[in-house]
Amino acid sequence: MSARLIWRKSLNVTMFSLTGVCALITVAALFFILGYLVWNGGKDLSWNFFTRLPVPVGEAGGGMANAILGSLKLLLLAALFGVPIGLLGGMYLAEFGGRTIPFLVRYTADLLNGVPSIVIGIFAYTLVVMPMHHFSTLAGGFALGIMVIPTVLRNTESFLRDVPTSLREGAFALGANKWRTVATVVLPAASRGILTGALLALARVAGETAPLLFTAFGNRYWSPGWMQPTSSLPVVIYTYATGPYEDWHQQAWAAGLVLLGLVLLTNIVVRAFLSRGTSFERL
Amino acid sequence: MMNAAFPLMGNSGAAAASSAKVAVRDQSVSAPSTTSLRMKVKQVNFYYGKNHALHNVSLDVATNRVTALIGPSGCGKSTLLRTLNRMHETLRHTRLEGEITLDSVNILTLDVTKLRRMVGMVFQKPNPFPKSIFENVAYGLRINGHAGRLDDAVEKSLRRASLWDEVKDQLHKSAYALSGGQQQRLCIARALAVDPEVLLLDEPCSALDPVNTAKIEELLFELKATCTLVIVTHNMQQAARVSDSTAFMLNGELIEFSPTAQLFTTPADPRTEAYITGRFG
Amino acid sequence: MASTPNAAMPAGLAWSPRALLRRLRGADEIAHLITLIAAAILLLITALLVYQLWIHSAEARHRFGWNFFVTRTWDPVAGEFGALPFIYGTLVTSAVALLLAVPLGVGGAIFLAELAPPKLSSSLTFVSDLLAAVPSVIYGLLGVFLLVPLMRTTVQPALKKTLGFLPLFQGPAYGIGFLTAGIVLAVMIVPFVLSVSREVLLAVPRDQREAALALGATKWESTWLVVVPAGRIGIFGSVFLALARALGETMAVTMVVGNNPKIAASLFSPGYSIAAVLANEFSEATGNLYLSALIELALVLFLLTFVLNGLARLLILITTARGSGVLPT
Repeated sequence: MSARLIWRKSLNVTMFSLTGVCALITVAALFFILGYLVWNGGKDLSWNFFTRLPVPVGEAGGGMANAILGSLKLLLLAALFGVPIGLLGGMYLAEFGGRTIPFLVRYTADLLNGVPSIVIGIFAYTLVVMPMHHFSTLAGGFALGIMVIPTVLRNTESFLRDVPTSLREGAFALGANKWRTVATVVLPAASRGILTGALLALARVAGETAPLLFTAFGNRYWSPGWMQPTSSLPVVIYTYATGPYEDWHQQAWAAGLVLLGLVLLTNIVVRAFLSRGTSFERL
Repeated sequence: MMNAAFPLMGNSGAAAASSAKVAVRDQSVSAPSTTSLRMKVKQVNFYYGKNHALHNVSLDVATNRVTALIGPSGCGKSTLLRTLNRMHETLRHTRLEGEITLDSVNILTLDVTKLRRMVGMVFQKPNPFPKSIFENVAYGLRINGHAGRLDDAVEKSLRRASLWDEVKDQLHKSAYALSGGQQQRLCIARALAVDPEVLLLDEPCSALDPVNTAKIEELLFELKATCTLVIVTHNMQQAARVSDSTAFMLNGELIEFSPTAQLFTTPADPRTEAYITGRFG
Repeated sequence: MASTPNAAMPAGLAWSPRALLRRLRGADEIAHLITLIAAAILLLITALLVYQLWIHSAEARHRFGWNFFVTRTWDPVAGEFGALPFIYGTLVTSAVALLLAVPLGVGGAIFLAELAPPKLSSSLTFVSDLLAAVPSVIYGLLGVFLLVPLMRTTVQPALKKTLGFLPLFQGPAYGIGFLTAGIVLAVMIVPFVLSVSREVLLAVPRDQREAALALGATKWESTWLVVVPAGRIGIFGSVFLALARALGETMAVTMVVGNNPKIAASLFSPGYSIAAVLANEFSEATGNLYLSALIELALVLFLLTFVLNGLARLLILITTARGSGVLPT
């Protein structure tokens, strides 16, 4: 073998090994993060964590029940606000739209999807908090809902487009009009994809902190109704991690583990469910 | 202009259809002495955008007969079929000129959903909905607000499509569990459930094996008693086996329309002869 | 001969009020209208977002004009607001993040697209997608308690020893600062670079690889000299996408950047970013000018990410469309 060929072959091996290392580092990061959180946060997880309110610094016990409930309430609002708009908007793009408006909507959705979450928070502040003169669950849910819309919309559109035209024609040929066809054939055929898309979007905003800082704010206690400031898991993690007390840091680790566990679990379950394929792919 | 060579095509076709008894197997039950016409296509021109897909086509569809449309691919036979229940309107930038009547009523004046209920369609590839067998057949009934018992209607349709015995124990299984041939018969049952007067079949056997093709062809003979059938096929033998009259199309024009036996034995037009003897297409 | 357009409705009647009403009675039109309204709400929200940022930043925009972007004093008490330290900090942390994340992400993408067997490739991509799903605040948590001490005791002293002659690596090792924030950001954006680049590389047609291999190229040569150049525009797109994310990333940066509005050449120095100052000061801002200066910062951040995202999508569209031989629809 000539020296040149040896050089080329060894370059081949070296460079591909390096790319392998790159991939390995990226993948290892996730396991490292998860492991580190389990190591640090696992020991502070107890039943109390899920059922009790926070206690003053220095006292033992105490939990984050209010933050967990707050996060759930915020997510519920986000889903109620964002999912229907995203779903219907996606139906418009895939089924009803003409030329110009869908292009504009698609472009705007991608744009809104890229807006930093802190900017969304400020927008929600100027639109909801300023007129109401106080922070509220409602404002936080609104901010998260805005972030859900573009994802659900684009997802819905692409899954509806994947439904074969032959199914639509089958329904049309039976005398079904357009909305009947969409509602009874196309939407059910795409429902699995749409549902998973919506769950992933909600899992993403469940971990968002920035949009909640000036909308839902925070609360040491339960937040009755929808018009009071409320605690939430991500904001509590932020507050506790940057606070000065060792107790808080421990609680932040535990809360971080819970949040990460929920987000990853949702992602894994939902993606595995999705990868089983849509029901019409055998056609 | 080309059409000027066949000025009386529609009329001669009608006359031909009435003497369709010479067809290979004519099993028409009531056998009226003069067959009535269910649908008439008069001087139809059709455009996909700027593409002129049908040129002055006229065709008569005889009641309780099988009319076959044959021709090389791209000749406009599927396009013509789709205009009969206005399925072309699901595509953008299409334009239809001329007149198509169903029982002497211009189909363009009918409500399109009503028209499609009367003129059903079966497609090239089986396209059952991702629902149960039962729900597939019941679909048309449900959307049309069927009054009677769904169970009976579903059974009746499945029997008409010769599928009942094979699926009666698994009505609530997914339609996708069926074989390709069964799926296609399910689609026929689905179309029959709303009791259409005309059933359009767009190459219904092209995705099926010979055994299943034979089953579908057998089925067409039985259906003829209660329903008017128009079938598009790229398979000349199939047209010869199942149809009473056959229309040969080429480049968007209807070249010849005669009783099937006549078209395949003594074609009037040299282009028809060239096609059926396999010299092109 | 009757000529009839697609809708059975005669065209002349379509816009008279009565005809419109009749059309609306049809269920299809109602469904069309409802879905259109939903789509319009999206447009409305986005327009409203721009409008709100614009009007609520009016006071600062009028007071400081373009000076806002070149002044480095940020003194809420004296009512002086200059955005330069935040813009600088945002750009520096993002640049550090890109320098680390792009080689890592593109390298990983090459491995996944070219070398790894399909099954391994898709499961590793799955893990990388999960990494992208980890909430920002979790990265911040690890940054504060793991990375900052590590930087202070190990990494920064080591860098000072080896590369200390560069102004970039001088000054006291606080642990917090531009470099630390950049590293955290890098981990956060790697999954984006990786998954988009992988898709772009996979879209490069097979025959191009085979042509190079048939000429006697090694696999690496065919990858590096043919496949990567063919996908380079899309890879740039993924980089812009990652950059847009890094610029707007808030929590993790806020927690480790040091929150000190100063401009320093050293990466060890504590700094600030636009998103971080918004997170820290917005809810405590007193006075209209202060608030409107912060909202103007949000506007700047919005415009930056807007431009970058648009560019990124354009580039990715160009390559994936060309690579797969399909025109964009």
